[in-house]
Amino acid sequence: MAKTLAEKVWDAHVVRKGDGEGANAQPDLLYIDLHLVHEVTSPQAFEGLRLAGRPLRRPDLTIATEDHNTPTLDIDKPIADLTSRTQIQTLRNNCQEFGVRLHSLGDAEQGIVHVVGPQLGLTQPGMTVVCGDSHTSTHGAFGALAMGIGTSEVEHVMATQTLSLKPFKTMAINVEGTLRPGVSAKDIILAVIAKIGTGGGQGYVLEYRGSAIRALSMEARMTICNMSIEAGARAGLVAPDQTTYDYMYGRPHAPQGADWDAAVEYWNTLRSEDDATFDVEVDLDADTLEPFVTWGTNPGQGVSLSSKVPSPEDFGDENAKAAAERALQYMGLEAGTPMKEIRVDTVFLGSCTNSRMEDLRAAADIVRGRTKDPNIRMLVVPGSARVRLEAEAEGLDKVFKDFGAEWRFAGCSMCLGMNPDQLEPGERCASTSNRNFEGRQGKGGRTHLVSPVVAAATAVRGTLSSPSDLDPAPESAAVRSSAA
Amino acid sequence: MEKFSTHTGIGVPLRQSNVDTDQIIPAVYLKRITRTGFEDALFAAWRKDPAFILNQAPFNAGSVLVAGPDFGTGSSREHAVWALKDYGFKTVLSSRFADIFRGNSGKQGLLAAELAQDDIELIWKVLENAPGTEVTVDLVSKTVMCGNVVAPFEIDDYTRWRLLEGLDDIGLTLQHEEDITAYEATRPAFKPKTLPARLS
Repeated sequence: MAKTLAEKVWDAHVVRKGDGEGANAQPDLLYIDLHLVHEVTSPQAFEGLRLAGRPLRRPDLTIATEDHNTPTLDIDKPIADLTSRTQIQTLRNNCQEFGVRLHSLGDAEQGIVHVVGPQLGLTQPGMTVVCGDSHTSTHGAFGALAMGIGTSEVEHVMATQTLSLKPFKTMAINVEGTLRPGVSAKDIILAVIAKIGTGGGQGYVLEYRGSAIRALSMEARMTICNMSIEAGARAGLVAPDQTTYDYMYGRPHAPQGADWDAAVEYWNTLRSEDDATFDVEVDLDADTLEPFVTWGTNPGQGVSLSSKVPSPEDFGDENAKAAAERALQYMGLEAGTPMKEIRVDTVFLGSCTNSRMEDLRAAADIVRGRTKDPNIRMLVVPGSARVRLEAEAEGLDKVFKDFGAEWRFAGCSMCLGMNPDQLEPGERCASTSNRNFEGRQGKGGRTHLVSPVVAAATAVRGTLSSPSDLDPAPESAAVRSSAA
Repeated sequence: MEKFSTHTGIGVPLRQSNVDTDQIIPAVYLKRITRTGFEDALFAAWRKDPAFILNQAPFNAGSVLVAGPDFGTGSSREHAVWALKDYGFKTVLSSRFADIFRGNSGKQGLLAAELAQDDIELIWKVLENAPGTEVTVDLVSKTVMCGNVVAPFEIDDYTRWRLLEGLDDIGLTLQHEEDITAYEATRPAFKPKTLPARLS
């Protein structure tokens, strides 16, 4: 039977076909090509290995970085929060004991685990990639089958380099057409989640296809795959193409010489067959898509930025109605308010969804030569120390600082507020991150998920805004922008 | 892992959809490096509200959580399962679970039982009309009983078997170590390794 991309990758990693029937039928055992590790979900797994006297099977397929807890200021000083400091020290001790490569705070390759893997060239097409973090789906942008796992599974991978996985269903997300200026990958994925719901992808691997996806850069594809989990999907992926190969070529761990040629030959086979069938297909029109923003407390509660806060009465389903009522109350919003009239306090540009060079460049192009709304606090947190260095080499740090934003060190930061970067109760944030759950960015904080350019335009105007709402930038800035 | 065959305990109706793992356990509690001791962290933000169901007797002594659809969405944190277990929950009933949460539950002996939403609604009514009503969740027959409601539930066969037997799946996998070694011998040379480190 003609296979989809996800099925091909799966089949190439079966160590042992599941057997048995009925009550003790076993699922397939799959080999894991790359295991990414960070400080939050690994300590109990390392401890499990120690208690059982088991070695970590493949340190050479494992890499660790510090990201969730790390401060984005004063990184040369000891971490002030003692429990954070202990957790990071525990990772350092564990990596040393088990022989795992670690990029610590202060290292040029330190950063958000999902930014670091691709940037080093460790994420490649056709691989299986796992990490004790739900946003592992990011790596699917390369045509890898990439999944977030829990700590028990982290320990399982450490001990065996495999996972027992239940079979998945396949869903094609077809995005045809051309995005209009000011509309980006983030808007595509927010629109997809609003369309299929936070549980719509449950049990599925999503494959993003169509002309609009083909036209996207790797960084934009990562933004889309990153949020597959927000639709409940097991994973999301994009078939590799020349854009993928161009991104990978020359990266530290990309294949070299004859290995590169052999790899490309294999990667070229990684596409869904024309006559392969998906269990479900969903279509999205890129031509008519507008900038998207969330109004509620889950990522499926999103609308076009040009529309209004919905009313609970707009929802037929009783559970959705109750959820909307609760969300509006938490968010402090009135049904019918135009989204663009919502005033925010903080703008966060960062997270594994939108903290790569392209995201920073796009936001910098908006703010360059413009003035920040005086009541807005804006944090810019590059995804990795390497991204920070590259951005500084281009002078983006200066653009953001001149605008009045804070230029921080790399990490997960305000996406989940495990470090000091948190919202105050009631504080409203336009955030390029991935989750608008209650309290996600700090207890009582209110999150609106947006793209980098919407975040930047919002920082200029003080209310949720798209770039098209801005007055023209001063001429000198526009010239620099088009040169970049 | 402890064996699970059947459990009877006070049911807690949580009439809410999309209970994400940030609600089950907020991120600030994830800094701990232990696998136990998370009972104080369960629903930490919501428990500050005196009206929250777990702040009311007899629900505070509950062990069967009956939640709305899309339970356990969001972060992969297994701490969510640890917190539910540490508080005293043995099983969660919902019409739809997030995949990672369901997987984590199965590894830790917390039964994630999937029921039809109509049955969840019936059980909610029983529990709200007669607080303290016990719910029996029978993994052998895959049935939930609560008052006069008897409802079937779904769970995949492999997880059910491991729960019934209390099996550690690392041990199960290592029985096939020869297969793993044989597979490793066939991996192409172009696949990347993290060691020795190459830097840009």
